[in-house]
Amino acid sequence: MRVIVTMCSILLFAINTYAQTPNETEMADVMRSNGKIYVVITVLLVIFATLAAYLFSIDRRIKKLEDKV
Amino acid sequence: MFEKIAQKNWWKIIGVLLVAYTIVAGFLLPVPRLPILNETIRNLYYHVPAWFAMIFLMTVSLYASIRYLLDSHSQWDLLAYEASRTGIIFSVFGLITGMVWANYTWGTPWTNDPKLNGVAVALLFYAAYFLLRQGVSDEQKKARLSAVYNIFAYAMLILFVMILPRQTSSLHPGNGGNPGFNKYDLDSNMRLVFYPAVFGWILIAIWIMSIRIRLQNVIDANEK
Repeated sequence: MRVIVTMCSILLFAINTYAQTPNETEMADVMRSNGKIYVVITVLLVIFATLAAYLFSIDRRIKKLEDKV
Repeated sequence: MFEKIAQKNWWKIIGVLLVAYTIVAGFLLPVPRLPILNETIRNLYYHVPAWFAMIFLMTVSLYASIRYLLDSHSQWDLLAYEASRTGIIFSVFGLITGMVWANYTWGTPWTNDPKLNGVAVALLFYAAYFLLRQGVSDEQKKARLSAVYNIFAYAMLILFVMILPRQTSSLHPGNGGNPGFNKYDLDSNMRLVFYPAVFGWILIAIWIMSIRIRLQNVIDANEK
């Protein structure tokens, strides 16, 4: 019984330390935790969607020219 | 030649959706926490696919050049030319993004890394391809000469970008005797974004190339 308790406590301790290991590598965790990263993604998506729409409009123009020829 | 598929929209929409997905997932999915690289590891989703698209287009150009030499159809020459032109655009994307990335991780925008110098040499071979095309006025002679040269330029590209950097040490992962991306370079989470990014950007590169080819065909038809 004592062995099991000791083992469990060691295991619990191990999990605890694993969870609390400080991440030495700096990452943009703040941006991700407060949600501001979505702003960046939205801006990039708007730019990309506009470029894609522009490409589609060029595509449609050329299709009209092709139909004429 | 590919008129039907070039007018279809479904593959363009797939390309746009794939890249849009990589913009969202590329910023949100977890990445390995590595020193020096930090968050810039996410550049892999945007910098490397540009090079993949470039290599893909140069391979298309090589194929078109070989086909031109086989059956002298002028559409193959146009495809070879426009594929390599669009490929150059994507290599410029790759170079500029690589220089920005290198500036903050390797400390300088241009190191004497064999991959960087190799790309510079390979791009000069392609610059010579475009100069060669400008220098010959006879259409068939131009197409034939540049098709032969294009095969040589592609061989140089593969030699300087894919083979030589692997013979020596390079800062790029997967070089210096190692095979390409292995399990140490790319974890499974990153693959979820990286492969769709490569596929999506290749589709968009084909799209841009096809627009230029169709435009040239309309111009040619008008002149006749």
